[in-house]
Amino acid sequence: MEVPILKQGAVLIATFQAALSDADLNQLRMGLVQQVVKFRSRAVIVDVTAMDVMDSFASRTLREIAHMIRLRGAETVIVGIQPEVAFAMVQLGLTLEGVATALDLEEGLAYLNEKFKTAN
Amino acid sequence: MAKRDVASISQEVKRPEEPSELLRELVAHLRQNRTQLREEWVVRITETRLLTAMTKEEIFAEATSVYDSYVEALETEAFEALQAYARNLSERIIPRGVETHEVVGIVLLLRDVLARSLFAKYQNDFKKLNRILDAYEPAANRIANTVAVGFVQERERVIRQQQEAIRELSTPVLQVRERLLILPIIGVIDPQRARQLTEQLLRGIRTNRAKVVVIDITGVAAMDVTVANHLVQTVEASRLLGATVIVTGLSPEIAQTLVTIGVDLGKMNTVGDLQGGIEQAERLLGYKVESLAEPR
Repeated sequence: MEVPILKQGAVLIATFQAALSDADLNQLRMGLVQQVVKFRSRAVIVDVTAMDVMDSFASRTLREIAHMIRLRGAETVIVGIQPEVAFAMVQLGLTLEGVATALDLEEGLAYLNEKFKTAN
Repeated sequence: MAKRDVASISQEVKRPEEPSELLRELVAHLRQNRTQLREEWVVRITETRLLTAMTKEEIFAEATSVYDSYVEALETEAFEALQAYARNLSERIIPRGVETHEVVGIVLLLRDVLARSLFAKYQNDFKKLNRILDAYEPAANRIANTVAVGFVQERERVIRQQQEAIRELSTPVLQVRERLLILPIIGVIDPQRARQLTEQLLRGIRTNRAKVVVIDITGVAAMDVTVANHLVQTVEASRLLGATVIVTGLSPEIAQTLVTIGVDLGKMNTVGDLQGGIEQAERLLGYKVESLAEPR
């Protein structure tokens, strides 16, 4: 399944679909980092609004994506986690520790703007 | 010739009735004597001091419909219809303050009144009385059971409804500034309330696009380990929605509990009291509060 990755200036926006298989997630992990390298992006926003379920593999993959992207000097923000999904995740102990999160795409971009402003 | 006729006649009389015939005979008797038996029942209800929350007219009206439903259930054996009727009746009388023992009581009284009338009618034919009771008793017991269960089910439904309403009322999520929510918690938190609290808060964060939430637990006296964990989970789940949580008003006991369960206090933002919490929230959101003039 192809995950659309859009470029918005120095930010890449990847929109996860509802049912991503483990294979899809593995592909994404490599694919996203390659895109960051190719476009010299400063940040990636991963939009998971469409995901109504988040298992431990997906959660771990997101953390790994964030770490790999940080090694390229870029920031990752996960946006759009649904209330029910958030609730289920914390009950399973999946906290996405060390990864920035925001309510939605708008908030994610605002967060990055703030960060880039203070960094510059 | 006469002898044979007599013999054949006495043989016919001795044939036992079918159970369905007995039931029909029974139902006919109860219908014929409806007025008198119902009156007797209402007298017994008053004597036993049941349904004291209702007026005589109300008791009479309900008694009439219960009596008719009772006899109909005996006749048709349609117990689902009876259970639906019982739930409907309960919906009407529960708000009047009628208790379970009263409902069960009056149904059993009716059973007794009807049974006595059968004793009276068949007092000269003991064998027939026995056969009639064989038909009557199982049905009457099933009726009593059905009505009681219907009543209890309705009560349980009302209780669940009220519990839900209480829970909703007692955990309001309040927006006090743009992007700032306050969740004042008062009273006892059990795991179920904690869960409902979390769900309400997360929905509130999304609806109000909150960036900071102040959870005030000044009004919570004690918290067991399970609930303390729920609080930690609430903080973490809120973060996943991009909101920062500030917990205020921790009592010394609760602070002890949190330390005991090994909560990573680096993960939890806490401030002494609600005022301090709001002030910190405002700072996080970039608000500044200035006093303009002398207070009047």
